[in-house]
Amino acid sequence: MAPALHVNSVTPDGQRRAPIRWQVATVRDSRAESATARTLVLDVPAWPGHVAGQHVDVRLTAEDGYQAERSYSIASAPEDATLALTVERLEDGEVSPYLTDELHPGDELELRGPIGGYFVWRSQDGGPLLLVAGGSGLVPLMAMVRHRAAHSSTVDTRLLLSARSGDDVLYRDELARLAAGDGLAVHQTFTREPPAGWSGFARRVDAEMLSHVGPAPSQRPRIFICGPTAFVERAAELLVGLGHDSAAIHLERFGPTGG
Amino acid sequence: MSEDARWLDGNALGGRLQELFGAEMTAAPHRCQSCGTERPVGAHRMYLGAGTVLRCPVCDQIALVAAALPDRHVVHLTGSWRLEMPRS
Repeated sequence: MAPALHVNSVTPDGQRRAPIRWQVATVRDSRAESATARTLVLDVPAWPGHVAGQHVDVRLTAEDGYQAERSYSIASAPEDATLALTVERLEDGEVSPYLTDELHPGDELELRGPIGGYFVWRSQDGGPLLLVAGGSGLVPLMAMVRHRAAHSSTVDTRLLLSARSGDDVLYRDELARLAAGDGLAVHQTFTREPPAGWSGFARRVDAEMLSHVGPAPSQRPRIFICGPTAFVERAAELLVGLGHDSAAIHLERFGPTGG
Repeated sequence: MSEDARWLDGNALGGRLQELFGAEMTAAPHRCQSCGTERPVGAHRMYLGAGTVLRCPVCDQIALVAAALPDRHVVHLTGSWRLEMPRS
């Protein structure tokens, strides 16, 4: 018989034992990651811990009581001392411009989480891993890469990042640092404006690129794809076409309702 | 696939489902009543409108319709679901 669990306690696999509740987080820091994305570092009292790949729901309430809710991926590793969300500002977004432009250290924010048990990876799940990110779809995959690094894991990991331009790449310096370690290969492709002197991929993700990045279908990689809906659909179709098992492909899409 | 595809996926419904059922649900398997495909809830397509509609990723059959009314949630489920709830 399982021992009694405290409210809000979490099993080792990250599953909550209590109803999910809204709680108030305090912004500790807000820093720019690109021209349009910011990372919010949050203090969350009684944060129960999370698994890389999970997200939180954020709720804003207007003075007239109108509420807007959005989901944001957790960027920080479970091992990090604070919770970090990276938010891409959408021009016509209802929530993201507030988070990126109006929130300052000391401000409060309502959220609930962690949420999700499907689009997650734990170091003990092993690999090889293929992570495919479109733009700010890198955020939950970065949590996985950070989690991997925190465990000094050498799991064969290939990260393919598609961005419009060099300025749109999140966590640039950190990725370069992590890619110098064992077993992590970071590949990038630029779809609009490659950086000056760039000699790598400069096109949309295609089958040849995915083959080059690997791992081969025979290695049965766990695959995680995150990005705008059309990007995710295309990458998944290409990978299935290359012979990857569709059940091993985990998708997380964000779309026009995600702002 | 279209460039203006307007669906998300079942992951985005995780918070609501956890609120309704008291447990993580995005990894729960759902079998489509139309084509028989079994996939985790997180791998379904989610359409947002006045309510939320979850559809089979293979044949688009409706798996769940959820509406948040001022005083209650209304949820309609089709196909077969396996839900695991913590007991403590």
